[in-house]
Amino acid sequence: MGGLAMGGYGAYVWTCFTLAGLVFVICEWRARLRHRRVYRDIEVRIKALGDIQ
Amino acid sequence: MWKFIHQLASPPHFYRISALIVPWLVVPGLLLAGYATYAGLFLAPADYQQGDAFRIIYVHVPSAYLSMMAYLIMAVSAGIGLIWRIKLSHAVAAAAAPLGAWFTFLALATGSIWGKPMWGTWWEWGDPRLTSELIMLFLYFGYMALRGAIDDTTKADKASAVLALVGAVNVPIIHFSVEWWSSLHQGATLVKKGGPAMDPGMLYPLLAMILAFTFLFGALLLRRVRAEVLFRERRTRWVKEMILSGESS
Repeated sequence: MGGLAMGGYGAYVWTCFTLAGLVFVICEWRARLRHRRVYRDIEVRIKALGDIQ
Repeated sequence: MWKFIHQLASPPHFYRISALIVPWLVVPGLLLAGYATYAGLFLAPADYQQGDAFRIIYVHVPSAYLSMMAYLIMAVSAGIGLIWRIKLSHAVAAAAAPLGAWFTFLALATGSIWGKPMWGTWWEWGDPRLTSELIMLFLYFGYMALRGAIDDTTKADKASAVLALVGAVNVPIIHFSVEWWSSLHQGATLVKKGGPAMDPGMLYPLLAMILAFTFLFGALLLRRVRAEVLFRERRTRWVKEMILSGESS
């Protein structure tokens, strides 16, 4: 427990590390989401064009 | 070498190559981050003045470094796109902006959290590094807003590239602000004459974390550029063929 308390600065230290982890997770999630959306939009457009032809 | 770079600038080639590179950045990035987190939190000795609060350095410094690195990548890519009209360059610039904004936010937030117990305040407007870093966050917002406001991609590329290049003047200001003006921030610790002014037990986890952030940032950037390339090339034959062939990466 002593290690987690960080000499009384635990709240500051752990908040910073958690925030850093969250930023990476959010960036990764948003990058994947953007790629998936673009890919799906193109897929739908190609399919629609194929149906017309 | 030049042939490889020339090939890499071709959107279809980049799209396929980058998918292969991403795991080679993620795996060492995660391993290094795991080591650096453990060593930084539990193995590094406490600072004789700041105690354990100094451990915030292991996320604050890498994020501050990446906030500037992302801006440089954005400005240089935008400049290359503007001068040589390489399509991929504008895609890189557009992809770097949101990542840069996130890491600038992280640098500001962790700096503010660190400042409270050490300086007794969350924010100090008179500090040149805090203010110039905040200006960089606004530059990222401005760049993204400008891109979003112009429907024509070519026009958006040109206008935002000019903004990115003009705003690049802020990067050396952030870096040298602690030397040029009176600042609450300490001077350079890592990059200074005579080598880093840190105990090796503190220094190695920090270097490992900087490397980890760089690898993971590289992977995130490649992922974003891939999405940007796909969007810009959505009407091309290679994208159509790739999607019809069921290639999902």
